[in-house]
Amino acid sequence: MSAISLSAKPALGRGFRLQWEAAQEAHVLLYPEGMVKLNGSAGAIMSRCDGVRTVSEIVADLEQTYGATGLSDDVTAFVALAMARKWLEIQE
Amino acid sequence: MTLGGGGGVGPPLWLLLELTYRCPLHCVFCYNPTDFARTGSELDTESWIRVLREARALGAVQLGLSGGEPLVRDDVEPLVAEAHSLGYYVNLITSGVGLSEPRIAALKAAGLDHIQLSFQDSTRELNDFLSSTRTFELKAKVAALIKKFAYPMVLNVVLHRLNIDHVGEILEMAERMGADYVELANTQYYGWAWLNRARLLPSREQLQRAEEITQRFRERVGRKMQIFFVVPDYYEKRPKACMNGLGSVFLTIAPDGTALPCHAARMLPGLAFPNVREASVRSIWQESAAFNHFRGEAWMKEPCRSCPERSKDFGGCRCQAYLLTGDAANADPVCDLSPHHHLVTQAIERASRADARGELAANEAPLVFRDHRASVALAGREPA
Repeated sequence: MSAISLSAKPALGRGFRLQWEAAQEAHVLLYPEGMVKLNGSAGAIMSRCDGVRTVSEIVADLEQTYGATGLSDDVTAFVALAMARKWLEIQE
Repeated sequence: MTLGGGGGVGPPLWLLLELTYRCPLHCVFCYNPTDFARTGSELDTESWIRVLREARALGAVQLGLSGGEPLVRDDVEPLVAEAHSLGYYVNLITSGVGLSEPRIAALKAAGLDHIQLSFQDSTRELNDFLSSTRTFELKAKVAALIKKFAYPMVLNVVLHRLNIDHVGEILEMAERMGADYVELANTQYYGWAWLNRARLLPSREQLQRAEEITQRFRERVGRKMQIFFVVPDYYEKRPKACMNGLGSVFLTIAPDGTALPCHAARMLPGLAFPNVREASVRSIWQESAAFNHFRGEAWMKEPCRSCPERSKDFGGCRCQAYLLTGDAANADPVCDLSPHHHLVTQAIERASRADARGELAANEAPLVFRDHRASVALAGREPA
């Protein structure tokens, strides 16, 4: 798989839905007859992948929100993993 | 884990509504109860909506609409709309009979997330024989409609000894239809499938051939089509973690409103399954004796009680334990640690002998098709 470009605009994969579930105190990813409970950082990244924002904008937003720096590698690695699982897709 | 008061009980994440036992098909491997003809009247639309609201408030989020054939009801659209607005991910599990273009358009508009289409085989003759109807061409049309409305195309094919040798053709058919996911689900033996087990259980050789063909096909098509091959429990050495333990995450509501911890659990004796007509989903899930009975480990017998794997597989399937041994608290006999495991290996040996000398004679074990008349006859025969 090629590296994730910082200008890419990831969006949820077709057939997937992301929502906050109060009963599980987590973001969950819903798909045909299945469900993944996301950990905090996965939920924070996935909930920003709207097909409009670029990866670099998502990184900047996360760094600002969580008062952190140098998140770029972690975010691109997660986006690559999520794309391999079809959770995310990058629209051209 | 704390039990009884609901304090330690997690949410029923998966809600399955069996809207009706009515079905235009008559599949020999159906897991519906064989005595479905004697169940009471179906819940009305308002009651189903109340169930949806109450279960969602408890944390239910994955919703299956099934049956029977759910589309024989004319209120699937308002139920989908309500479920969607409540935040469920809504799955329709259908034979495709009744899924016309106007209807799929209305379901899409109502917020239906996903459709699982069942097929009996790749050939019209066997599809129609096994479901005892003429539905193959209709299903092929429905598959095209599912693609047209931009749904992921999920095809479910139930495998057994009469069609498992066609698994290559089945996969080619799925590829032609543009399936994104294919579930090759070997029959599990409950309900009508249990009645027909002698004719349906494949031999070990059949199963191995089918797995090899599936693996070669996977390597050829790559990631565009995901194929799940579900081995029959009988060929496993350890039991499945059935329903993740009864009363853990899974809640079924039968057509008459009976609440069950698994769609097959109605057969389990000695448990008074509550009905949503008489109790709230919350009290049923958290407080009823029937739902608490198989929670935790107190109900277990040896060898499960002291088994290091008991927290992983929860002793397997209670229904299978009951059907094969007569006691639902026994270890699932699929497990080779079970003192009843020979009941499973004997069934497999019979299947292999039948395979070696060709098909069983029809009069040796006639197939019983799932229909109302057969159900009425079976309902009068105890035990079901």
